[in-house]
Amino acid sequence: MLNRIFALIIKEFLAVWRDKKSRFVLIVPPIIQLFIFAFAATLDVKNVPIGILNRDNGRQGFELAQRFHGSPVFNKIIYLQSVDEIGPFIDNMRGVMVVSLDEQFSRNLEAQQPAQVQLILDGRKSNTTQIVAGYASSIIQTFNDDFAALSGFPQQNTILVIRNWFNPNLLYYWYNIPSLSGILTMLVALLVTALSVARERELGTFDQLLVSPATPFEILVGKTVPAVVISMLEGSLIIFVGVFIFQIPFTGSLFLLYCSMFVFVLAIVGVGLFISSLSQTQQQAVLGSFLFMSPSVLLSGFATPIENMPAWLQPVTYLIPLRYYLVVAKGIFLKDMPGDIVFNNIWPTAIIALCTLTAASWLFKRRLQ
Amino acid sequence: MLQDSPISIGRARRLKALIIKEFYQIIRDPSSIMISIVLPLVLLFLYGFGVSLDLDHLRVALVLEDTSPDAQSFAKSMTDSHYFDVKIGRDRREFTQDILKGAVRGMVVVPSYFTAFRNRQDIIAPIQVITDGSEPNTANFVQNYVTGAWQNWLRQEAISQDLTGLPLVTTESRFWYNEELESRNFLVPGSLAIIMTLIGTLLTSLVVAREWERGTMEAIMATPVTIVELLIGKLVPYFILGMGSMTLCVITARLLYDTPFRGSWLLLEFVSACFLTTALGLGLLISIVTKNQFAAAQAAMVAAFLPAYILSGFLFEIGSMPLPIQLLTYIVAAKYFVTSLQTLFLVGDIWSLIIVNVIPMLLIGLIFFILSSRLSVKRLD
Repeated sequence: MLNRIFALIIKEFLAVWRDKKSRFVLIVPPIIQLFIFAFAATLDVKNVPIGILNRDNGRQGFELAQRFHGSPVFNKIIYLQSVDEIGPFIDNMRGVMVVSLDEQFSRNLEAQQPAQVQLILDGRKSNTTQIVAGYASSIIQTFNDDFAALSGFPQQNTILVIRNWFNPNLLYYWYNIPSLSGILTMLVALLVTALSVARERELGTFDQLLVSPATPFEILVGKTVPAVVISMLEGSLIIFVGVFIFQIPFTGSLFLLYCSMFVFVLAIVGVGLFISSLSQTQQQAVLGSFLFMSPSVLLSGFATPIENMPAWLQPVTYLIPLRYYLVVAKGIFLKDMPGDIVFNNIWPTAIIALCTLTAASWLFKRRLQ
Repeated sequence: MLQDSPISIGRARRLKALIIKEFYQIIRDPSSIMISIVLPLVLLFLYGFGVSLDLDHLRVALVLEDTSPDAQSFAKSMTDSHYFDVKIGRDRREFTQDILKGAVRGMVVVPSYFTAFRNRQDIIAPIQVITDGSEPNTANFVQNYVTGAWQNWLRQEAISQDLTGLPLVTTESRFWYNEELESRNFLVPGSLAIIMTLIGTLLTSLVVAREWERGTMEAIMATPVTIVELLIGKLVPYFILGMGSMTLCVITARLLYDTPFRGSWLLLEFVSACFLTTALGLGLLISIVTKNQFAAAQAAMVAAFLPAYILSGFLFEIGSMPLPIQLLTYIVAAKYFVTSLQTLFLVGDIWSLIIVNVIPMLLIGLIFFILSSRLSVKRLD
């Protein structure tokens, strides 16, 4: 029996490795995705162009405009000449914000009357513009405080001291790459397994397998082991690139990370085999993988935090293996996550793995008989 | 008339036959229907409900080592804000574990010496904000919102202590076209680009690659059908399918999410048709190069789906990306489509912007078609 399983495993490895295109597809795209994702998937806001409409001819207006120039966030500033230009400027996306100062700005301030700054923001990108508005407000606030201090008003003597734990400079790729070690591993595990049975069926080689002495269980093991090995290798490659090329701190235990990855990959391989036994054609298998992939990535907390979702949707995320793996991967990379918290996130994945593998083997046997 | 010549009639008949064949193939394989009707609706649902950038229940811990009235009034300004779900404690060690687990996203500490320092003029009294940097976007929002709550508190303090003149400069923010700051309003239009990429590129590349893989392509080649007819016969059904599913999605988005739509239908259909043509061109190119469904599926993911998701400006700001990647976004057709869609939904028919976006889209499509016909001719010889 072991001999047969071993032979099947070797056959599966060869099936993936022998085909030049499949081989290419397993290695090159994940690496490209890793690099593009790592740099591009950022909700950071910098280098966005803004406009300033300064109708005030006084010193204070000039001073405030200069402060925007001094900020490292705003390095593309376009000056508008009249109110009529604001509409086209925003509409055509020449900038995401216009800072508008009226004619009275300096006069009001110097007379110690309230002076207003208007910010006009492009709601088409409300996440970006909210952050931009935050930056602008803090520039205006500092300007206000300095002006008040110069004019001899009593000062509030408190200060906010902000520290970011685990990632002091809030570098986005420190977040992206550990997360990608989960997402790309999942993609590979799913595609390798989901397409394997469907391809054999489509090409007719599945019948040959059926007339061989191998039992359904052996065939299943023969499909599972290579997929797990290939996916774990893919995951290791990403972790390697993250640590040695991107220089992301790895603070936790590598052993715990591999245990978690193993359980996670088992759960995904179960899903992949399940899809594979259900599909008649490769197209159906691709569709099935996609129907599983999209919700998994979108609801895993990778793109946007789970707590932003409506309350009725949040329980659904407990069914998603990626959700748990992301917490563990980021935790072990950046937070030196202790074993008990890792375990709390792994046992649900283990249960999911058990369910998906059982379901897959049941369906697989049923389809064979 | 040229149209009446036997050759043209033959061509028209062949085209009709091919299109009918393709339609049967679509109708008889349930997965094609799934990709064009069920999958778009599932995605629309996910993007509408699952993806949200509006943080209004940030879980933060507030540690009051100082329990003086000053500290209490600051605490109140935090608990009153609808942006926070505040957990209050006395000792920062209580929450270290919570931050590790991700149960809270940040911790605000009012130190025991806060009031004492505040009452002296020579020392500045600090309030410490600790965020969980492993989630950079959330950490940014924690910083922004805590700063906002703190400034509000200062303003109220200034009024109650009669420090006249503070603040002198007030800021008024107006968010045009999306006053309620609902991220769904721009995510749902953007998700249409992803949905159409799926139909245009993923489905098409799979279908054509399948003909190669199964050998039915050779059967078709043995018939009098020319390569141009074959391509048109393949593309027309999927074009109709794509436009149909786009229309379905827009109607669903309007009904389900009440997404504003301020442009005109006609322009939306036109822009979508341009994008779909480009997406189909890419799908065709992928299938001709790979001739294998597994490789085609992967290539469609890398060349079409991921760029539509990451590089289109749909979710991530292009200006914040490193320069080489910014340059790369110029050849991503979805980038132009997302901009047009967000403008058509939220602003209206801004012709100057739409034209600037449609032209590059069509140019990219043209390149795909030229490459496809070059490559397929070569292989047929």
